[in-house]
Amino acid sequence: MTINIDPSPNQGTDSGRRVLDINHLKVTFATDVGDVPAVKDVSLDVRKGEVLAIVGESGSGKTVTAKTILGLLPETASSSGTVLINGADVISVSAARLRQIRGRDVAMVFQEPSTALNPVFTVGWQIAEGIRAHAASEGAKRVSKKEAKARAIDALRKVGIPDPEHRVNYYPHQFSGGQKQRVVIAAALALNPGLIVADEPTTALDVTVQAEILELLRDLRDKYGTSIVLITHNMGVVADLADRVVVMYQGDIVEEAAAKTLFAEPRQEYTRNLLAAVPHLGRNSASEGLTERPHQDEEILVAADNLVIEYPGRLGTPAFKAVDGVSFTLSRGEVFGLVGESGSGKTTIGRAIAGLNRTTGGSLKVLGYEMLNLRERTFKPLRKDIGFVFQDPAASFNPQLTIGECIAEPMLIHTRPSDAQARKRVGELLESVQLPASYAGRYPHELSGGQRQRASLARALSLNPRLLIADEPTSALDVSVQAKVLELFRDIQEEFGFGCLFISHDLAVVDILSSWVGVLYKGKMVEQGIGSQIMGNPQHDYTRRLIASLPVPDPAEQAKRREEHRALLGI
Amino acid sequence: MTAETPLEPVANPRAPFFRRLPVVSHFNKSVGLQRFMLVVGLVLTGIFLLTALTAPLLAPYGFAQLSDADGSFPTQQAPGGKHLLGTTVGGYDVLSRVIWGTQTALLVIIVAVVLSIFAGVILGLVSGYIGGWLDRILVVVADAIYAFPSLLVAIVMAIVISGGQSSLLGGILAAAISITVVFIPQYFRVIRAETIRLKAEPFVESAKVVGASNIRIMTRHIYRNATRTLPLIFTLNASESILTLAGLGFLGFGIEPSSAAEWGFDLNKALADTTSGIWWTGLFPGIAIVWTVLGLTLVGESINDLNDPRLRGRRRTGGGSSPAPVTTEALGAEVRTS
Repeated sequence: MTINIDPSPNQGTDSGRRVLDINHLKVTFATDVGDVPAVKDVSLDVRKGEVLAIVGESGSGKTVTAKTILGLLPETASSSGTVLINGADVISVSAARLRQIRGRDVAMVFQEPSTALNPVFTVGWQIAEGIRAHAASEGAKRVSKKEAKARAIDALRKVGIPDPEHRVNYYPHQFSGGQKQRVVIAAALALNPGLIVADEPTTALDVTVQAEILELLRDLRDKYGTSIVLITHNMGVVADLADRVVVMYQGDIVEEAAAKTLFAEPRQEYTRNLLAAVPHLGRNSASEGLTERPHQDEEILVAADNLVIEYPGRLGTPAFKAVDGVSFTLSRGEVFGLVGESGSGKTTIGRAIAGLNRTTGGSLKVLGYEMLNLRERTFKPLRKDIGFVFQDPAASFNPQLTIGECIAEPMLIHTRPSDAQARKRVGELLESVQLPASYAGRYPHELSGGQRQRASLARALSLNPRLLIADEPTSALDVSVQAKVLELFRDIQEEFGFGCLFISHDLAVVDILSSWVGVLYKGKMVEQGIGSQIMGNPQHDYTRRLIASLPVPDPAEQAKRREEHRALLGI
Repeated sequence: MTAETPLEPVANPRAPFFRRLPVVSHFNKSVGLQRFMLVVGLVLTGIFLLTALTAPLLAPYGFAQLSDADGSFPTQQAPGGKHLLGTTVGGYDVLSRVIWGTQTALLVIIVAVVLSIFAGVILGLVSGYIGGWLDRILVVVADAIYAFPSLLVAIVMAIVISGGQSSLLGGILAAAISITVVFIPQYFRVIRAETIRLKAEPFVESAKVVGASNIRIMTRHIYRNATRTLPLIFTLNASESILTLAGLGFLGFGIEPSSAAEWGFDLNKALADTTSGIWWTGLFPGIAIVWTVLGLTLVGESINDLNDPRLRGRRRTGGGSSPAPVTTEALGAEVRTS
């Protein structure tokens, strides 16, 4: 397999042909608060066999741009400018012509493969649907069922689904998440479109699966000359796949450059800050230079011994073991990083410590309290010593209460301060998380995501807890916001000295904060040790694969890593 | 964009109080045909309410008045002269009966809906939050009530409660309570479903982690978020309760004409008139029923459409003046919900 290293514009006439040409695109949404411009003035083009990445944080207009390419904007949007696909302007063509363009000239790969496939039809039927629809609308001879199925099998083979002749009759639920995304890509490929728009194609997938899908997309470009518009917020993915990068910010293009140039020497201030905020595995590690586990002489806050947590199965099926024989300890002043992919049981452990899930076997001692026979009445006094930061800051605040009321809630329940005391303490807390004290009077939806997560931290800290559980606290945030929240988190942890269980799927983020890291895989703790040692010299096969799959935000380094780990990743 | 929970802030809590009131905030959000429907509904309902409040001034005679200084009213007199809308077979003035009927209708709506909201919301909250066997029993009972035709339940309740007696208060209470029994399961279901959804929301879990008691979680966190759809059910049920009341009256389980004016009863008495060409005794109470139900339904349906960002119409972009620049945060929330 060849790697297309230099996609310079002058590679002969064919590869220089423009597949997509967007000129002065402007999209405006009508909302309750008036017109909101989502895309202000965007011009870009994609050549044959090129991967163009559009990156930006939420609200930058990247997804709206992608949807415009397929004419998928909602009714409330109005757009101007031109979007030319093989010479046809998507914005002005008729609905019938647009249907012809979709699928044949341009196709889309969606973010969430499990919702992009219809659960009541076989995948073969869903791939064939596009093929048959186009044969009918173009007046060509009808494609027979058999032929359509044959072409669906071809498409499945192209995307690397094993045994496609048999699997074509499977339903979506019979595939794993990564395979489902392959099927979605196969459906997009069925009519050999010259252009594929992939909107966050790997965001919903685990990092090891992400590596496979990225490899598949790279293959499509190299083998079939397919052009890809890749919409993503993940700089690692961009470094891994993109030839050229467009950086968007608030509806405008900030910078456009070849991927290597962009990462090596970003010209714009915004791009520089964005790249600096991306966590890079192995840099800025919390455990750098440590040889033994710190804080071991202090009080042990959490001790799990052969912990088992089961979810009851449905009638007739055995219980599901979410956590299977996990042992670890967490001491005061220490940050324990718990890493794992979806379904590894990391969140279940965090919730069990907070008393939200029941444990079913082994022993879990939290602040000396045995959680196996949890009684809410006896556990309640301990709750003031436990803080919890949730993943989604938008959903973890009651929308009807002000930020101040939310932060004061733990105090009102446990220490019952006077109004003035509570107000004073809320002000102090907000200041310690670097928010103005006046924010106490605001409602959650009036804060940005990062501010809400700071407020969430303030609420968790309001009673000076000895133990803090942070469940993916930064994964709903943009990278630049994430960097600031992580920094704040680190400062506060050093200042207050609480013990912290930091749960995340992102190795690079965990490495920034925690000195001691545990890796979970399918409910088992496969490896634990000092962060920098785990990242630098993983022992267990799974940890090795996990670290190898994580794309680093640097195209040259990433290409080297990809070659090194090819065998390990099985791609 | 990441999938967000569709927790749309109903109305900006920072806006002045009157702008946050259910109907006012909906009016401000509406545009085009939806605003027209809402306005028509509001006008119809407004006239109904005004008539009910000013009935003693508007009505030329009392609802049970059969004679005045000039002697007894003629029976079945055609509209015109002293009796603008004619008189009934019993000698009542049709116009007065229609006008006084609004009071009865309004009282029944208020009593019925208030009673069922209280009971339904409390039962729904408790049942949804606590779950377990209590929830199962309550759901079965609610389903059982659903299984009966609502009018049948209302008739049975009317007999049980009033035992055939019908003073003004007794009659209204009997009608209202029988309607309440039919409506409680609806409120119960809606609030229970919302409670079960909210129970899994992170903000409820965060309250649990903090150590909040169950009662505190139910009243402070769930209650205020679960009752957002109530204005909608309120308006739709109000119109249904009028129909049930009219149905009861029509079948003879309503309020006696000497206790209060009631459209369903008048319609019943007008049945025999239709064959002899006397149209005014049936037409006007009928119009009154249609008028009120239509008004309330239009308001309810408009609120329903306006509550759902996907159904809510918006002004086209580009036209008209756009207000002050919008913050990106608001933009994010808006685009997500669209």
